[in-house]
Amino acid sequence: MTTASPPLTASAAAAVAGYRRLLRRRLLLLALLVAAAIGAFLLDLASGASGLSLREAVMTLVAPDAASRTSLVIIRDIRLPQAVMAVMVGMALALAGAEMQTVLNNPLASPLTLGTSSAAVFGAALAIVLGVGVPFIPLSWIISANAFVFAFGSMLLIQALSRARGAGSETVVLFGIALFFSFNALVGLLQYVASEQALQQLVFWTLGSLGRASWDKAVLLALVLAFTIPFSLAAAWRLTALRLGAERAESFGVNVARVRLWSLVRVSVLTGAAVSFVGIIGFIGLVAPHMARLLVGEDHRLFLPASALTGALVLSLAATASKLIVPGAVLPVGIVTALVGVPVFMLLMFGRRT
Amino acid sequence: MSDALSLHVHEVSVGYGRREVVRGLSLAPLRGGCVTALVGPNAAGKSTLLRTIAGLLPMRGRVSLGAVDLAGLSRAERAARIGFMPQSLPGGVALTVMETVMGALRAGGDAAPISGSEMQTRAALALDDLGIGALALETLDKLSGGQRQLASLAQALVRRPDVLLLDEPTSALDLRHQVVVMSILRRLAGEGRLVVAVLHDLALAARWADHVVVLSEGRCAAEGAPSQTISSAVLASVYGVEGRVETCSRGMLQIMVDGPLPPSAQKTGET
Repeated sequence: MTTASPPLTASAAAAVAGYRRLLRRRLLLLALLVAAAIGAFLLDLASGASGLSLREAVMTLVAPDAASRTSLVIIRDIRLPQAVMAVMVGMALALAGAEMQTVLNNPLASPLTLGTSSAAVFGAALAIVLGVGVPFIPLSWIISANAFVFAFGSMLLIQALSRARGAGSETVVLFGIALFFSFNALVGLLQYVASEQALQQLVFWTLGSLGRASWDKAVLLALVLAFTIPFSLAAAWRLTALRLGAERAESFGVNVARVRLWSLVRVSVLTGAAVSFVGIIGFIGLVAPHMARLLVGEDHRLFLPASALTGALVLSLAATASKLIVPGAVLPVGIVTALVGVPVFMLLMFGRRT
Repeated sequence: MSDALSLHVHEVSVGYGRREVVRGLSLAPLRGGCVTALVGPNAAGKSTLLRTIAGLLPMRGRVSLGAVDLAGLSRAERAARIGFMPQSLPGGVALTVMETVMGALRAGGDAAPISGSEMQTRAALALDDLGIGALALETLDKLSGGQRQLASLAQALVRRPDVLLLDEPTSALDLRHQVVVMSILRRLAGEGRLVVAVLHDLALAARWADHVVVLSEGRCAAEGAPSQTISSAVLASVYGVEGRVETCSRGMLQIMVDGPLPPSAQKTGET
């Protein structure tokens, strides 16, 4: 057989032209998602207890010299790190959820539903309450390191089970739910023996809140994203092929076991980092990939970025809502994402059925 | 693709855990330019053998393409030479037909990477070749059973493999689409490819295949031309049914099954 393609037939040319139109439309949707995410980020920045307007907030950022000292402190040290954190946590969780759904071939997979987040919280709790941690890690990172190690451990368990003979995707989800309850129970046990101060910290973790965001955490999460996203995108075609079934992908020449393993490493790093900084924020990892799928389909070159952007958009909006629902108070954003996420998810599922 | 294309199965054993499904199986060489039908009752090891040849299952023994041992090929090399079509595509996948075919072309990596536009062109031509160019932008879930099988076939063909392995390509199809798929397989073999299909329907195998391999409990019960392999003796010993195989006025084999054999008769039929 020759390697050069024969000339295009009329029908093949029409197919190529049609595909390019579809691709352009989806790239435009991706650009709109970027714009929407930036809009939501600014909205997040402009809302808060102190009543600074959007214009004041932006002016403070653009011309810090002209701004008053209080607004400078409010914007630069409080609102901006929180808003940046919301964007990045949204991206991290959504990307983790998208990869999990593909790799485990399970539309209900997400860091929350498979127990990964709970495992990370338990790891963090071990460090906070008992001071047990990964050796040779500086004290300031021990909570994050523990969260990652436990997240990865739970992912390996899930992976081992999904590769075991006869375990279907339903079994894997049931096992994930079992992990979820087990780790929650273990965290409950730790809460029981925890000091008052450690207890407060644990509650923060289990509710999920952006309230403790800081610049050094934001920088670290940015590094995690910068390190994982290129690998995710490099695996895009292999992940797309995996949607057609493991055997099918294998017959295309994909090393499915390796793709799965590295994907789960990325998922663990993303989940562990996100959870150790802001606690459990549920449903972003579940809902954002579904929304992205409806927008751009499942070509992972588009689906992964769209999931990350949708995650950023949704979490920024949730963070904004968490400041507006009860005037003068900021709710933990995990409560908001759960309240909004569950009905949205139900709608999505019913919408897909019909 | 040369006329000398041939696939050799030698002393192949495959099992799941401790259960051996294919047992020390050796076959006469399968030839390029021919459609080979793998037939046999349920659990005879048909799909297992096919997936083993595709390199999807660990095995003992040797499968070679000409002089090349398939075990020695890298994944990408194997995927370039052997196309595999599983029984069905999964549901609930938000991919267009075009995207799935591009994925088939791109996912396994290439010896020589191709540009985005060449990838699109080759995918579109693969669809056009099977007469489904108009379905390029349809989502997989919106296709009918027959269209899905053709889309799946396009994925297996887009790398232009010499060998095409198909696991029950006609099982979910109505009469017309069965014939459409089988005639496409005949055409692909006519272009010099080596086509092996697991078929449940003996009548389809008799009508469309050049070569038939009858498997029974992981062993070869008969192999050769349809007229030599599909017989009332094989129907009795392998399938446990009483039947007649006759030649119609057009010279085609006709298989008539009259009923199940009683268990005692089955035993004697086997010897």
